[in-house]
Amino acid sequence: MDTSYPIEIRHDILRGVRVAITGGTSGLGLALVRECSARGAIVAFVARTRERVERVVREIAGSHGIVGDVAKKEDIHPIALQILARLGGVDVLVNNASSLGPTPLVLLADTECEAFEDALATNVLGPFRLTKALLGALAASARDGRGACVVNVSSDAAINPYPTWGAYGTSKAALHHMTRIWNEELIDEGVSFISVDPGDMDTPLHALAVPDADASALKRPETSAREVVDRIEQALTDSGRTAVDASAMNLQNLADVA
Amino acid sequence: MIAASVPIQRAHHAKLLVIDKNAWIIHAPRSSFADFLRRFDIVVANDAATLPASLAGFHAPTGEALEVRLAGSRSLDGDDVSHFVAIVFGPGDFRTRTENRLLPPRLRRGDRLALGPLCAIVERTLDHPRLVALRFEGSSASIWEGISQHGRPIQYAHVHTPLALWDVWTPIAGAPFAFEPPSAGFMLDWKTVASIREHGADFATITHAAGISSTGDDALDRRLPFDERYRISAATAHALCRAKNNGGRIVAVGTTVVRALEHSALINGTVRAGAGIATQRIGAATPLRVVDAIVSGTHEPGTSHYELLRAFVDDATLRRAADELDARDYRTHEFGDSIFIERRLRCAARAKPAERLLAA
Ligand SMILES: NC(=O)c1ccc[n+]([C@@H]2O[C@H](COP(=O)([O-])OP(=O)(O)OC[C@H]3O[C@@H](n4cnc5c(N)ncnc54)[C@H](OP(=O)(O)O)[C@@H]3O)[C@@H](O)[C@H]2O)c1
Repeated sequence: MDTSYPIEIRHDILRGVRVAITGGTSGLGLALVRECSARGAIVAFVARTRERVERVVREIAGSHGIVGDVAKKEDIHPIALQILARLGGVDVLVNNASSLGPTPLVLLADTECEAFEDALATNVLGPFRLTKALLGALAASARDGRGACVVNVSSDAAINPYPTWGAYGTSKAALHHMTRIWNEELIDEGVSFISVDPGDMDTPLHALAVPDADASALKRPETSAREVVDRIEQALTDSGRTAVDASAMNLQNLADVA
Repeated sequence: MIAASVPIQRAHHAKLLVIDKNAWIIHAPRSSFADFLRRFDIVVANDAATLPASLAGFHAPTGEALEVRLAGSRSLDGDDVSHFVAIVFGPGDFRTRTENRLLPPRLRRGDRLALGPLCAIVERTLDHPRLVALRFEGSSASIWEGISQHGRPIQYAHVHTPLALWDVWTPIAGAPFAFEPPSAGFMLDWKTVASIREHGADFATITHAAGISSTGDDALDRRLPFDERYRISAATAHALCRAKNNGGRIVAVGTTVVRALEHSALINGTVRAGAGIATQRIGAATPLRVVDAIVSGTHEPGTSHYELLRAFVDDATLRRAADELDARDYRTHEFGDSIFIERRLRCAARAKPAERLLAA
C-alpha cells in the first residue's frame, strides 16, 4: 500500500467523488460504503434485499440505496439510471456483489450448469453490463478532470485452482482478465480499471463457503475496505483528478446563465 | 425515405450523406464519419441518458386508462424530481400513431394519476387538453425507482416492438435527463470516439434534456421544441475554446447540441460553462455563432429538426439532399441513417451583435 501521501491530503481526494458500489449491505461492500462515506464521497449502493438496503441508508446519512439484482439483465439499466440520477453522474464504480455458485461448494464435475451460469451472471456478466451502462458517465468524469475508475473485486480463487471453487474461481478469473482488457482499451478515455483481491475476510460469504473456518484468523472487511479505498484514491490521483469538485465550478456559473 | 423500424443503434450498413461547405453532396458509409474531420475539429455530443418517460396508468377520478409522457422538468438536479410538464394521451399505446391517439379524460387540477408504483397529482392544466404540470408524490428515491422500473422509453408507431431502456441508451449516456433519446448520438461507439482522436480532432460532451419530438397534435407540435435544460462542463467549454482558437470546426452531434451551444453563446458569443435553459428556436434566419457543422438523423420537412438544418444550408441544397436521400433509400427516424452538414460559407459571415440576438 502506498503511504507517501500525508493523511489530510489523502482524505481529501474522495471528497465529493461519486461512488457506486454493488453489494453494499454486507461484508466488504458495507465496509466500503462506510469507508467511502467517511472520506467524503457521495455513495450509491446496490443490493437485492430491500430491508437491508433501507437499514444501511438509515445508518449512513447521505447514502443512496438502490434495490436491484446485478445478475438480471433487466435490472441493469434501472440500476444505472438510478445511480446516475441520484449521484448526478459517477466517478467510481465498484463491482463487489458476488455469487459463490453452488453452496455448499461442490466439485466442478458435480456443478449443475444452472449454478455455473448463476456464478457467471453475477460475477462476470453483471459487472460487464453495469460497466458498459455507466461507461459514458465515467468517461465524462475523466474528461471533466474528476478522474474515473472501476474496481472489480476478484479473489485469489481467480488465480489458484482450488478444488470445489470451480464456478466461483472460473468466474473470478474471467472478471480479473476482463478488468485488464478494459484497462488497456480505455486508457485513452482516462478510465482506469483495477482488479483487487481483498483477502480472506470474515463475512457471510466466507462463512457460507467455509463454515468451519476460524473467524479470528480472517481479515476484517473494514481492513480490506481501507486498502481498496486507498487504491481508488491512488487511481484517481494517477488519472489526473484535478478538480476537487468539478461540479462546484459549474454551479458557479449557473446563476448568470440560467 | 424508408422508416427505420428496427431498434438497432449502429446498423453495419448505415449511411452518411455529407453536404460540405460548398454545398457538394457526398455519400459515405457512416462508419467513415471521422474521415470527414480535420485536425483541431471538436465533435460535441449530448450525453444525456434517456428517461423511460412513458408511464402507463389510469386517471383515478374516472378510472380511465391513459399514458403520460414526461416532457420537461424543473431542474437537472437528481433530488428535484417531483415536478414535470407532461403530455397525456387517452387509452392505447405507441402502436397507435400519435396523430390518432385519443384525448385523455378531462384533467382537472388536483386529479390523481395512478402510474404503476407512482402517484402523480395534476398541479396545473396548461392551455391544451393534453398538456399538464404534474407533481409526483413520495421521496426522490422512490420516484426515481418508480420511473426506472415502470417507465418505458417514449416510442412511435414506426418501431413495432416495444423499446427497452438499452435500445435507447447511447454508449456515451450519462445523467438521465433526456425525454427522448438524443438519437444522433446512436452512431457514436467507442471505436468512433477513438477514431475522432486519431484524426487529431477532439471529443467532448454536454448534457441536454432533449424533449419530445412530436405529439401528433398540430397545435402542440407547432410549439416544439419546448424549453430544454442543459449543462456544459468547464472542461467542454474550455475544449471548444481551444478548438476555435486553433481554427478547428465545432461539429455538433444532433440538434440538441446545436441548441445548447448556440443558446449558451447568446450572451457574449462564446460558450460558457454552466447550466441554462435553451428557449430559442433555430431556423433559416438564425445566424449560427458557434457550431460549424452538424451530424444528425434525416428529418422530414416541417419538423423542428428540419427547421434547424435550414440554419446551416440553403433550402435549395436541402431539397437536393432530400431528393438524394429518397433516391438512394436512406432510412429516416431515430434508428435511421445520418447526414453531416457543414455550414455554408456565406452563413459563416458574422452578423452584427444586435441582429444576431433579434434573429435568435
Ligand atoms: N469474504 C472473503 O473471504 C472474500 C475473499 C475473496 C474475495 N471476496 C470477494 O469480496 C466481495 C464481497 O464479498 P463479501 O464476502 O463481502 O460478501 P457478502 O458478505 O456475502 O456480501 C455480498 C453483498 O452483495 C449483495 N449481493 C449478492 N448478490 C447480489 C446480486 N446479484 N445483485 C446485487 N447485490 C448482490 C448482498 O446483498 P443481497 O444478498 O441482499 O443482494 C450483499 O450486500 C465479493 O466479490 C467476493 O467474491 C471475498
